[in-house]
Amino acid sequence: MIVAGIDVGSLTAKCVLLKDGELVAYKVIKVSPNLEETADKVFGEALEEAGINKGNIERIVATGYGRNKVSFADRTVTEISCHAKGALFFIPTARTVIDIGGQDSKVISIENGKVAEFVMNDKCAAGTGRFLEVMASALHLKIEDLGDVAERANRATKISSTCTVFAESEVISHLASGERVEDIVAGIHEAIASRIAAMARRVKVEPDVVLTGGVAKNKAMKKALERELGMEVKIPAEPQIVGAVGAALFAMS
Amino acid sequence: MTLKKLKATDRMKQIMGGYYMMGKQTEVNGWITSGAPVELLYAMDIYPVYPENHGALIGAAKQGPYFSDFAEKRGFSRDLCSYARCDIGCVFAGTSPVGGLPKPDFLFACNNICNTVIKWYQVLSRIFKVPLFILDTPFVRKELKESYIQYVHDQLYEFVDFLEKTTGRELSDSKLKETLIKSIEGVNSYSDVLHMAKNKPSPLTCFDAFLNMAPIVCLRGTDYPIEFYAEMKKELVERVKRGEGAVENEEVRLLWDNIPVWYRLRWFAEFFADRNACLVADTYTNAWTGFISMDKSDIFWSMAETYTFIYLNIGLEHMAEAINRLINYYDVDGVVIHSNRSCKPYSFGQYELQKMIDVPSVVIEADMVDSRVFSEAQVETRLEAFLEMLK
Repeated sequence: MIVAGIDVGSLTAKCVLLKDGELVAYKVIKVSPNLEETADKVFGEALEEAGINKGNIERIVATGYGRNKVSFADRTVTEISCHAKGALFFIPTARTVIDIGGQDSKVISIENGKVAEFVMNDKCAAGTGRFLEVMASALHLKIEDLGDVAERANRATKISSTCTVFAESEVISHLASGERVEDIVAGIHEAIASRIAAMARRVKVEPDVVLTGGVAKNKAMKKALERELGMEVKIPAEPQIVGAVGAALFAMS
Repeated sequence: MTLKKLKATDRMKQIMGGYYMMGKQTEVNGWITSGAPVELLYAMDIYPVYPENHGALIGAAKQGPYFSDFAEKRGFSRDLCSYARCDIGCVFAGTSPVGGLPKPDFLFACNNICNTVIKWYQVLSRIFKVPLFILDTPFVRKELKESYIQYVHDQLYEFVDFLEKTTGRELSDSKLKETLIKSIEGVNSYSDVLHMAKNKPSPLTCFDAFLNMAPIVCLRGTDYPIEFYAEMKKELVERVKRGEGAVENEEVRLLWDNIPVWYRLRWFAEFFADRNACLVADTYTNAWTGFISMDKSDIFWSMAETYTFIYLNIGLEHMAEAINRLINYYDVDGVVIHSNRSCKPYSFGQYELQKMIDVPSVVIEADMVDSRVFSEAQVETRLEAFLEMLK
């Protein structure tokens, strides 16, 4: 049985194809303003990658904030349930999932393979991928380089604003007062980690803690979170597609 | 999907239409907060005007940002309660969806619901140049001490002096007793309606309760609530006899916490109905169900007790206890907690409450009237995920 999971987030769309429970192909693309087109495109590209015909896909489940725009999906499941299921697929011992997405970050606690509790950030970009994007652009850095830059820091500059807009001007004033870019970047990671950790403490944080979402590719973020939480944080092989994998798993059942 | 409508709602609209009409013709009126002892006003034939009900009405008419803007332009912060902003905004605008409220002869604020009402009514007092009486109810952190009741009890006497001086009328003991008895009968009749939600499936949702709560708030102490809720109950009993639920295929039973999101009432009602979830009860409408005691020998003492120990004037342990009582009584599977940007005393401590209550819960962020802070996609995802978790 071949199934598809499509995760349409705020910044990227992901599509995963599973054949008899095995990952056969996946695609990640940038989201365009037309979510329906985006979903169609990422699905088409994943099919092409796998060399599978659309007609052979038994079921499609959509997730992510654009889930209701995937008109060809058989049903929708929220990203909370999908991230939990997807995380367990990669790391079966997962008990806590921290997902840092484009505009949402969430902490999910898992009991007996099911979502027991979850918290999400609200109406605020602090502690999300968007925060990192804004900071990267203020520092004229590429987002994918942020982690490496932070690794070269001597110390972490304290970023006290929790608001993305104010933090951006704070970063600029740190630059103006001669702080090293590396230290500022390290400070940005700490600011996010402390924000996420505060949210995580509202639910039970138990090992294994799994970090998902595109931000998980950033090694400095993983380390900052480990320091804040005081425990190891595990990263799945493909952290960005965890939600889509979860959706595909829901499509199997 | 079409929501099931109660016939009672049409009757409620008639009653409340009449109530607002009456305000335009009445001789003496006082503006009053929702948790204040209105019985004293009715006993003296004083018409009570409810800015909070008016605020809810503005919210339901989706006019919140429009009227709030009149206050914001004069420097009232967006962080203030949206009922207060809309009320003050309507005064500056000189109108509202019901053509504005009648100018007050006096103002009566009781801080058992929040402390915003003190500043809010002081502002009104300056605008209208009319006297203000503040009934100060001590916050009940742990136990309701006798000294608290004594303190409120004494103020009630002062308030009667204030009313007599302001209106030139005299309070008759027998009329007050009569009014209080009607108030209790009204509350009982109203409680009977809410209790119908104990049935499975429930014949009403909290959205039906929200829509039909105005008579118990505004007309408590008159005959209207007694008759209206008795009528409404009959309709619900019929539904139960037919085995008919307010929501088709009721699978999940939920409890709502906080004031409703007035401009999204229908959206929420449809959202849950579509997913076979029924919000059978809520902490808000239940706040008007209780008279602790009714000792006829000292009705002022009873009133002091009742109006001090109300849901928003008690500590977290008491609140959790009240919620757990509702969870148990209505047999609910989960709680939907509205973190209401406007209502600080209602929203403060909700994350603590989550740990103190007996079933899973979810927090959504919104505001009762100010639709500018509502994010549909965020609310939808949280609620859907919560239902996935419960099912």
